[in-house]
Amino acid sequence: MTGSSKQRGRISRAPENFLSQEQIAAVSSGRRDFLRQAMIAAAAVSAGAALPLRAGEAAGDPEILDLPPWSKTLGKPVASNPYGSPSKYEKNLIRRESPGLTRVGAASVSFAPLQGLFGIITPSGLHFERHHQGWQDVDPARHRFMINGLVRTPKVYTMDDLMRLPSVSRIHFIECGANSGMEWGNVAVPTVQYTHGMLSCSEFTGVPLSALLEDCGADLKAGKYILAEGADGSSMTRTIAMERALDDVIVAYGQNGEMLRPENGYPLRLVVPGVQGVSWVKWLRRIEVGDQPYGTKDETLHYVDLLPDGAQRQYTSIQECKSVITTPSGGQTLIGQGYYTITGLAWSGRGRIRRVDVSTDGGRNWRTARLETPVLSKALTRFNLDWQWDGSPALLQSRAIDETGYVQPTMPQLREVRGTKSIYHNNAIQTWAVAPSGEVSNVQLG
Amino acid sequence: MSSWDRATAIKLGLSALALATIAASPLAGASNLGRPATPAEIAAWDIDVRPDFAGLPAGSGSVEQGMEVWESKCESCHGTFGESNEVFTPLAGGTTRADQDSGRVKSLVGPNVPQRTTLMKLSTVSTLFDYIRRAMPWNAPKSLSDDEVYAVTAYVLYLNDVVSDDFVLDQDSIREVQNRLPNRNGMTRDHGLWEVAGKADTHNTACMKNCAADVEISSSLPEYARDSHGNLADQNRSFGPVRGTTTAASAAPAATTAPTQPAGTSRLAMAEEYGCTGCHAMDDTIVGPGFRQVAQRYADKAGSLDQVAAKIRAGGSGAWGSMPMPAQEQLNEEQARELAEWILSGAN
Ligand code: HEC
Ligand code: HEC
Repeated sequence: MTGSSKQRGRISRAPENFLSQEQIAAVSSGRRDFLRQAMIAAAAVSAGAALPLRAGEAAGDPEILDLPPWSKTLGKPVASNPYGSPSKYEKNLIRRESPGLTRVGAASVSFAPLQGLFGIITPSGLHFERHHQGWQDVDPARHRFMINGLVRTPKVYTMDDLMRLPSVSRIHFIECGANSGMEWGNVAVPTVQYTHGMLSCSEFTGVPLSALLEDCGADLKAGKYILAEGADGSSMTRTIAMERALDDVIVAYGQNGEMLRPENGYPLRLVVPGVQGVSWVKWLRRIEVGDQPYGTKDETLHYVDLLPDGAQRQYTSIQECKSVITTPSGGQTLIGQGYYTITGLAWSGRGRIRRVDVSTDGGRNWRTARLETPVLSKALTRFNLDWQWDGSPALLQSRAIDETGYVQPTMPQLREVRGTKSIYHNNAIQTWAVAPSGEVSNVQLG
Repeated sequence: MSSWDRATAIKLGLSALALATIAASPLAGASNLGRPATPAEIAAWDIDVRPDFAGLPAGSGSVEQGMEVWESKCESCHGTFGESNEVFTPLAGGTTRADQDSGRVKSLVGPNVPQRTTLMKLSTVSTLFDYIRRAMPWNAPKSLSDDEVYAVTAYVLYLNDVVSDDFVLDQDSIREVQNRLPNRNGMTRDHGLWEVAGKADTHNTACMKNCAADVEISSSLPEYARDSHGNLADQNRSFGPVRGTTTAASAAPAATTAPTQPAGTSRLAMAEEYGCTGCHAMDDTIVGPGFRQVAQRYADKAGSLDQVAAKIRAGGSGAWGSMPMPAQEQLNEEQARELAEWILSGAN
């Protein structure tokens, strides 16, 4: 950054202010090695990159010396904003479309701004969207949920019924099967919002599907599959294995403490942990129990993986282990040399993340990153790693390993099996190139 | 839970968690919540048709009847021959007689696959019927009678040379069609992505030091594409450890694609929010006329603002063609006027 007004605030800070008292105690007692490193790193920043006060500012930073208006005026009353919204300074972080990806807005995608999110929970207003026939705001009083097919008693439930039943709340990621799909052949988009932003993670609340199937007397012997169907114009349908349905699938109405957002299926959606988003049918109106898969459009025509021999893998569902660095990432510029945290997300449809390694030299050497808690099954996991940038070119990568021992593949490894014409299930290691200017860009390695 | 159910559940390997949920649930077999569905209710909603044709309704339709449905209800979006790329990928084309004989579409093989049409990929004809019945026409789903679904399905198959122009599709003849689909043998379920315990098809290892990585950049964004997604400086915070890279002032957003401004700051954003841009672009016709075409038509016509504002809320057809515009009652009068004003002033 060159604007001098932007540099003004960058006054050298003593390392003890960089860390909390608690952290300092931890460092002095030698309990946590990484904190000690972080402190050394912070000290390095203070010594190296900090800027002196500007001429005429000898007494100190005007932001400190001249009290800002918010320190000298009365603030706004409670409930002036009865449903709170983000600060006006946060307007850059919004869902965005990728120009030219689709032709019409109601059969399209908007991507979550992963480059600016913290931790593992996606704010509901930033949750990615994928609609096939637009979104609807369904009247919960008029919504009905039906279970039919191979059941003793086909039943209809209202929202009143469903919300009286015993509920569970679980944190899970949802990823569109087409996430990173534009990158199969070559680099196509500039930032992590567009390469990986069809990914979100929320706490979902609802009734375990197993309990509802039990309530209707589902025939678990003949009924090997269920069909989930939406109430919107597309009436989206997907087949799900009965084994999955009885395991951890939730008929959900809650998302991050409130009801689902309309764009995410208000008032009812299916949550199918570990499985690609299209199976998480929104505006869920019906579950049918059957003895054969249903061959729907979005499991036999789309969301299929085209192999080099022309065969198409149908009914692909599980999202395999994957990770991505969210900062520094494509389209960002580092502000000077020195300490940075390399931070990112890892997830697996087969369970927990066991480890994430990070390379800054394009995969020649790797260091293991810290996994921040909680580390949950089929949920996003946040990883962090300390990094001193010395101003030379770097190639940043992250590589996740899940509890099955599966190691996230490289792009060439993935292409070797699946070719370059696939659209879905690209879980390859992402590379970000850091130029000496600090500019970070999206690249692929051969 | 009855002992029979429990035994079955255990045999099926129902997870301990699911069992615990069920055992602990007060539902115990049948709760007093919810009520039995009536046969009429099930018939109204259970519209799926499976590959074995379970669920196929009675009815029939000819290619000729299908052409009428196509021309009045499908062509505007999918093109005369199902070839249009305008709102979605083409439905028909890309297959040969030889493909029909083998049941494998040859052009799907290898690295140079052309744009994939629906009929190049379709492996079960039930999928086509089921989808048209539940979701098409896109702007009026579930409005076709079963006979119309048979007819227009026959027409789509005809466009791809799967059936001849005198074909009549019904519950029996649909089985013959299945045996002629160009890609009926082109699918596989032999992969690890169906079950949680499925086998992976890649086998990376977690090498840590001096890994034999061939580090060469093989692909990066070309210079001219730097601003293809707008100014990236505006897509990151202006504080924190990094900044968004400034990528030249980007061109005005394309009519049917992304707003580069936050929603709510422009009328375009409003048109997007209220779903207008699903059918309207700025210049070209999609389903409805381009907004600038509308501006041109009504330039200097007195009273056109009231008329257009009213038409937006009420919908209607005939001014531009036979395709109707559905009523847009999600807008109040003031909002409709605001949009009408913006459209008539050139939608800038
Ligand atoms: C207003 C525009 C519009 C009209 C009119 C329309 N469609 Fe569509 N059609 C679409 C869009 C958009 C999609 C893609 C939906 C999605 O993304 O899931 C689509 C998808 C389809 C598909 C699935 C293609 C595939 O490969 O997934 C078929 C088949 C189809 N339409 C047939 C029809 C028929 C038959 C009619 C007339 C009865 C019709 N459409 C009318 C816009 C339209
Ligand atoms: C489902 C498709 C669809 C949607 C959604 C839609 N329109 Fe239209 N619109 C049409 C069609 C088709 C026509 C042409 C109707 C005719 O020929 O009379 C039209 C015509 C118009 C016209 C010209 C009216 C005239 O009499 O010349 C205006 C203005 C217009 N639309 C604005 C809007 C606005 C604003 C919205 C969003 C609030 C919207 N439309 C949403 C399909 C749509």
